Amino acid sequence: MAKKKKTIRSIPQQRTAVRELDPQVRVKNFEEVNCGYTLDQALNEAERCLMCPDPACIAGCPVNINIPKFIDAITAKNIRGAYDVIAASNLLAAVCGRVCPQETQCEGVCVVGESLEPVGIGRLERFVGDQAIKEKWTNVPYAAPSGFKIGIVGSGPAGMACAADMAKPGCDVTVFEAFHEPGGVLKYGIPDFRLPNSVVDAEIANLRKLGVKFECNTLVGRLFTIEQMRDELGFDAVFIGTGAGYPSMLGIPGDTLNGVLSANELLTRCNLMRAKEFPNYDTPIPLGKRVAVIGAGNTAMDAMRVCLRLGAEKVYCIYRRTRAECPARAEEVHHAMEEGVEFHWLTAPVEVLDDGKGNVRAMRCIKMELGEPDDSGRRRPVPVKGSEFEFETDQIVFAIGTNANPIIGQTSKLKLNKRGYIATDENLATSMAGVYAGGDIVTGAATVIQAMGAGRKAARGMKNYLRIRDTGAEAAPESPVATFFGIDLRERNYARIRAA
Amino acid sequence: MGEAISGAGFKILAREDFSDVTYSLVVHHPLMAKAAQPGQFVIVMSHESGERIPLTIADFDRKKGTVTLVVQAVGKSTKEMQQTCQVGTSLYGMVGPMGIPSPLKGKKKVVCVGGGLGVAPIYPQARGFKENGAYVIGVLGFRNKNLIFWADKFRACCDELILCTDDGSAGIKGFVNDGIKLAMQGHNDIDEVVAIGPPIMMKACAETTRAAGIKTIVSLNPIMVDGTGMCGGCRVKIGDEIKFACVDGPDFDGHKVDFNDLMTRLKRYAAEEKAALDRWSENCRMMNMTPAVTRASEDADPAAALPDPFEEALGG
Repeated sequence: MAKKKKTIRSIPQQRTAVRELDPQVRVKNFEEVNCGYTLDQALNEAERCLMCPDPACIAGCPVNINIPKFIDAITAKNIRGAYDVIAASNLLAAVCGRVCPQETQCEGVCVVGESLEPVGIGRLERFVGDQAIKEKWTNVPYAAPSGFKIGIVGSGPAGMACAADMAKPGCDVTVFEAFHEPGGVLKYGIPDFRLPNSVVDAEIANLRKLGVKFECNTLVGRLFTIEQMRDELGFDAVFIGTGAGYPSMLGIPGDTLNGVLSANELLTRCNLMRAKEFPNYDTPIPLGKRVAVIGAGNTAMDAMRVCLRLGAEKVYCIYRRTRAECPARAEEVHHAMEEGVEFHWLTAPVEVLDDGKGNVRAMRCIKMELGEPDDSGRRRPVPVKGSEFEFETDQIVFAIGTNANPIIGQTSKLKLNKRGYIATDENLATSMAGVYAGGDIVTGAATVIQAMGAGRKAARGMKNYLRIRDTGAEAAPESPVATFFGIDLRERNYARIRAA
Repeated sequence: MGEAISGAGFKILAREDFSDVTYSLVVHHPLMAKAAQPGQFVIVMSHESGERIPLTIADFDRKKGTVTLVVQAVGKSTKEMQQTCQVGTSLYGMVGPMGIPSPLKGKKKVVCVGGGLGVAPIYPQARGFKENGAYVIGVLGFRNKNLIFWADKFRACCDELILCTDDGSAGIKGFVNDGIKLAMQGHNDIDEVVAIGPPIMMKACAETTRAAGIKTIVSLNPIMVDGTGMCGGCRVKIGDEIKFACVDGPDFDGHKVDFNDLMTRLKRYAAEEKAALDRWSENCRMMNMTPAVTRASEDADPAAALPDPFEEALGG
């Protein structure tokens, strides 16, 4: 199919806007803010891709999705084909299209972005992912059972990605989750207005179709150890993706007062335990009138926007650096601003003040200025002498990062690094044969897509360890639509359906 | 393995009501019964829209594959469980055993103190100390004679047992710290005191032993959500440090615990808890149900006396 070569002048100059809920309306509910592209919008945005012969975007993606190929399929209105391309590298298109920091990954290196706004790769990926959920497409290759039994600890993005890659070559995969529902941070952490739980459930249902089993209410390490999984429970290989999840404390006077809580606690109560529907759900949630959120990462943005929706009158963001250094996705900061969050850049908390009854009354802050760059390359914030001031607030949420979760370290002989994270080699193998680890429990807090990338990398390591030959199930069939006794041949599990 | 930890829930095999507000549940969970150690706890969800409640493991039977929990009906969730958790029903969620097990080895003489609801979780510790060859002095505190439970179980594993009641209707008249004083008078070689009960009681125990410098371990039960170190809701002040009771505890050095901070933090949802309880009691009244269950001692089979609790109380 010969196509006219596109140039930077011939493509639509403006990035296709996506419909978003009105900030005034959406702060009163938990509905998803970004409504996603329609088919026409997706086609229009797909037109903007230059189909570079040497695409930078693929290298910019932590799981190396063949981005031009899937965009090309969209242009041909072959959305199913686009899904096949994405699914070859990323099982969670609907999730990643929503939560990846595209501006620093694929879109950050997009050639179009050098002179215009980059192609909306994330929005296109989400469009394809949503279509797949709507149409109930699955990419389940038929694979003969390999006879290997794989245990995965943690059902978050790292565990889900690893589970998919191990199930595809026919392994018997069981994912263990300590909470009562699978999904990890996608369920307890990211709120519905950014990533609806129904999307996560759809992706988990896909994994179940692959034959992956989920065992909830299981605290690995305490109910049984990693050593027991290998030696007694018969798992041939184990992947640990438990996340970092031990919130860092503020470390300032008054940080145990009532009204001071971690963003993790706030978000878990609201998202997983559905405290937003209290009293229909039993878990209560603190309700502050003037909430100060400390930190400016994605978790902080989520916490602020949750507080607004729970009915806070004022929500402040307290961050010791400036907007330029803030680690949150650009879209999240933009949405938070639209919804009325008040940003206090270059401000750091010094002390939490109490009302005499153990509750928060106010917070003492100090102004900062940027000094010399630190190890991370960002300019180090330095306090401005004599700039302390009092700030009235009745609830303080801290979202300043996490430390390593200690449970696996407490209960196994796995080697940890000096910060308490699990030590691995470049293939994510731990000090114990057959045991792999990846995601936040290895690197410290990172993104969903990085965790998924680690899960896939560990799966490659596990396959090598078990000498499993990859079946090449990822190669998508290019044949035109054909049905076989009413079964779509592109549905790659047709052999399984026939068998059943 | 699948059966115990899959979506089918966790079956309640037996139940005993100790008083109008205290009851025990024996739950089928062979894997947990195998893994459980004295000092550990579980988190329970009675139904899908319930909250996660931390409960200390009061007993476990590795042969029968059961874990025993003792619950005090104080709030909406625990009162609701008192109604709904009958023999034959299942808990929606139960995860554990959580927390660092209490070290039981290498002690020659220990005092195990349980007050009120704390009597149940101190039992596996007393038994564990005994199995490890220690001389065990049990000190149990109840409000009055009628509320006493498990005294025979303690007699079987304690070398001495001191019963304390607030009104003197059984044992000595006084609180458990009076019992500790009595034990300290009788023995000057106590290695360790382990106390479990309400924070105010554990505080009093720690104060009783502080001057004599006897190591005193307390088991803290602050408000938790996940119980895996993820939310930080259970943070407690231990000396100059902040610790998470769920993964760094629940046992801590009683002489270092900031009990006032703990007690303030335990009250942080008092308003919401009261609202939930009031609302629930009102619903019960409207549905013509009695909020409290008849006592087991008066009724041989409490399950038979009640309508199927899951059908009516939960709905959806």
